[in-house]
Amino acid sequence: MAEPKTKYDRQLRIWGEQGQAALEKSSICLLNCGPTGSETLKNLVLGGVGSITVVDGSKVELGDLGNNFMVDESSVGQSKAKTVCAFLEELNDAVKAKFIEEYPEKLIESNPSFFSQFTLVVATQLVESSMVKLDRICRDANVKLIFARSYGLTGFVRISVKEHAVIESKPDHFLDDLRLNNPWPELRRFAETIDLDTPDPVVHKHTPYVIILIKMAEEWTKTHDGNLPSTREEKKVFKDLIKAKMIASDEDNYKEAIEASFKVFSPQGISPAVQQIINDSCADVNSNSSDFWVLVAALKEFIANEGGGEAPLEGAIPDMTSSTELYVNLQKIYQAKAETDFLVMETYVCRYRLIEDEYNSPVQLELQKYLTDEDYCVAVGFYILLRAVDRFAANYNSFPGQFDGEMDEEISRLKTTAVTLLNDLGCNGSTLTEDLINEMCRYGAAELHAVAAFIGGIASQEVIKVFFFFFFCLIFSQWIW
Amino acid sequence: MAVSEPSRSRDLDKLLLRPGHIIGPNFEPGPELREAIKESVKVLVVGAGGLGCELLKDLALTGFPNLDVIDMDRIEVTNLNRQFLFRLEDVGKPKAEVAAKRVMERVNGVNITPHFCRIEDKPLDFYSDFNIIVLGLDSIEARSYINGVACGFLVGTRLSYDSDDNPRDETVKPMVDGGTEGFKGHARIILPGTTPCFECTIWLFPPQVKFPLCTLAETPRTAAHCIEYAHLIKWDEVHSGKSFDPDNPEDMQWVYSEAVKRAELFGIPGVTYSLTQGVVKNIIPAIASTNAIISAACALETLKIVSDCSKTLSNYLTYNGVEGLHTKVTEFVRDKDCLVCGPGVLIELEKSVTLKKFIDQLEDHPKLLLTRVSVSHRGKNLYMQAPPVLEEMTRSNLDLPLFDLMGGISKDIVHVNGMAGKGDKKQSCLRKLRVVFRGIDGVTDIDMAGGA
Ligand SMILES: [Zn+2]
Repeated sequence: MAEPKTKYDRQLRIWGEQGQAALEKSSICLLNCGPTGSETLKNLVLGGVGSITVVDGSKVELGDLGNNFMVDESSVGQSKAKTVCAFLEELNDAVKAKFIEEYPEKLIESNPSFFSQFTLVVATQLVESSMVKLDRICRDANVKLIFARSYGLTGFVRISVKEHAVIESKPDHFLDDLRLNNPWPELRRFAETIDLDTPDPVVHKHTPYVIILIKMAEEWTKTHDGNLPSTREEKKVFKDLIKAKMIASDEDNYKEAIEASFKVFSPQGISPAVQQIINDSCADVNSNSSDFWVLVAALKEFIANEGGGEAPLEGAIPDMTSSTELYVNLQKIYQAKAETDFLVMETYVCRYRLIEDEYNSPVQLELQKYLTDEDYCVAVGFYILLRAVDRFAANYNSFPGQFDGEMDEEISRLKTTAVTLLNDLGCNGSTLTEDLINEMCRYGAAELHAVAAFIGGIASQEVIKVFFFFFFCLIFSQWIW
Repeated sequence: MAVSEPSRSRDLDKLLLRPGHIIGPNFEPGPELREAIKESVKVLVVGAGGLGCELLKDLALTGFPNLDVIDMDRIEVTNLNRQFLFRLEDVGKPKAEVAAKRVMERVNGVNITPHFCRIEDKPLDFYSDFNIIVLGLDSIEARSYINGVACGFLVGTRLSYDSDDNPRDETVKPMVDGGTEGFKGHARIILPGTTPCFECTIWLFPPQVKFPLCTLAETPRTAAHCIEYAHLIKWDEVHSGKSFDPDNPEDMQWVYSEAVKRAELFGIPGVTYSLTQGVVKNIIPAIASTNAIISAACALETLKIVSDCSKTLSNYLTYNGVEGLHTKVTEFVRDKDCLVCGPGVLIELEKSVTLKKFIDQLEDHPKLLLTRVSVSHRGKNLYMQAPPVLEEMTRSNLDLPLFDLMGGISKDIVHVNGMAGKGDKKQSCLRKLRVVFRGIDGVTDIDMAGGA
């Protein structure tokens, strides 16, 4: 067994040991192990999830050899779940793997409590009726759910979780939380000890831009009735004032100050998104509240009291031109503040609609708009058609174009089905182009390996993000090639 | 309704055998198309790492049974979190060989030839053998090199730009290029002469930001500054003459402990062994899912370029899964004066100029600045710097007039291979030159003289 630290080195550099620990605690259930499901799980097993359970009732057929790397010649006629599970086990001996030879649709019907043992379910290649039922089951059991489907050259990945709380975040290029226009007392006192007009040119060019901006912002508010620069003209004047402080043209710290001056102009206090969360009625917690809402309540309390209108400070500062001493001191001041605040930066929640709600009460206006939008009509067209093929299959017992022959009839049937669906969605009179309908019939429910690997790749990436509380996660996404 | 016979190509057949509506201009569906891809399309995969492993699998299952893979690396433990064709017991073995073997074991009828060597070690003929080149690389230099090679074939052994300056089809060697970093990646297609080549859009890959030495020496602020001080300054002070070896754990440990000392001296937090490795070796974080996404996109584009079964990407896709999920397709445009994919740099010469003098000129040519130059014409080596045997064989050509060596024709394409750039930024590259001899009838050809 390899030293996990070395084996996982390249991913630990992204999500750290805490993230890895979260991954290793997860227990994941895969429904259907065609290429879409197999590829999703492959990426997760490599990364080191805790355990996997593969559910599939079918046997390996000759056709599967052409699109799924996890089955081979010797497995034709055997359980697909067993075969795929055996391959996945080989990839990482730290992952516990088991399989259940059963059709997912049957489990959904007969044994809904089966799903509550998992932290997350990846459901692939399910038709709409099963998706709706599974979604309800997982939502009630508080199990995270990700749907993935490949269909010809199109497909989708969608997430369904009750609430996705982002508590600990590792933003990539987030606006630094520096409080330049609202320094707390310790930071203000530190700035006061520094003289911007120092006669020593070496000290002058090594004063960090954070200090320059804090002092300049304070001076500005003093002469402007406590207001910060807000108009375009004022902002320009503010930048010119900084420029005027330069005593040599090679002072990188002043150049950085001018570039970062927009941070002074941004409003004080918390963002509207955070405001909306703390105003949510769920933030009035009781003994039934989830951990997340307990945290939100704490945050709300903090902002109203200690925070003085600001959320807890994150504490990290970017690198900037500075003497070592000033930089290190500045870093200490920010970190001390972050520690006294609690280690929460911002709190986000996105709640996903139930699939059923989306299907039964679509946002008509939006749908209609996208259907006629040049940039979106193809994607939305496929969204409609991916649903239409499930209706088609419910009526005719096979997907349009699934078998060779009588293509013209299939095309006209799919067209009728799609028009009915559009009417049901309230988009009367909307049509889909012949091109899209023809393409959909050409695809004939094919699960192409490369498309499956693409969709599976996205699904596995989203699984990881759901676990780590990354900033936002995918809400709805679809591709056409 | 007819029930299809069981077939290995059950799913792919729907795409390749049926007519479509959203397709490329030359799509001719039918079993002949499937068989033509099977029998006569050869694909080269460059790199057998995170992207390469995925690409080999994806291409093998996308109807391409004739594959080659080239990679100079051996398997390391840190590869195992994403390079799914490798197991712990494979550590130390050549990546190309293990990857080829694993895919062949699982996908019947696929034949993969591995090449365990540097890309520069292969003769140009090797590359001309493939119909399409797919790149799964993590280095700008390697991409640049392959790009030069593929664009070089644009002329093959003759001038292949027609009178409208459009490249002639048969010399176009398409490339599909993927790249990833953490949750982000890109996939692009390069049709030399039509879409921008790697060099046309080299600005997409800005050079690594290096810390100014004065910051490292005088005002360090971050852990990385302390590490680079130990690595770039302190090492040379202490180890006179001995160069630092990033693959030697002792050397790395030394840099780490020096960095810790410096960090303590300045009160800077955050130096760890892992960060030291990351900074010194410039380690790019990598995860399985992003490699899978980008490789799959590349494999699909490869199929589309070869078969026209759907519209190809035009021409650069970026994928960003850091905050939510964003994809974007950008249509970049070719740089008409590109040194690599353009018609070639025009060089006018007297008939009497010797090969040696010609080579010397290239060193001073402002657009080329080439040193250690090897020259070939219509596939024939006129002068080779290496290997020694070839150098000796071709040395006598140096004193002969280039005009004679080229068979006495007034104008033609010459390929030169050498090191470009200045100082420590030199890298090997291939350039295409349009050589025209003065004082010969008909040399004032307008299409030759323009656009150099
Ligand atoms: Zn170019």
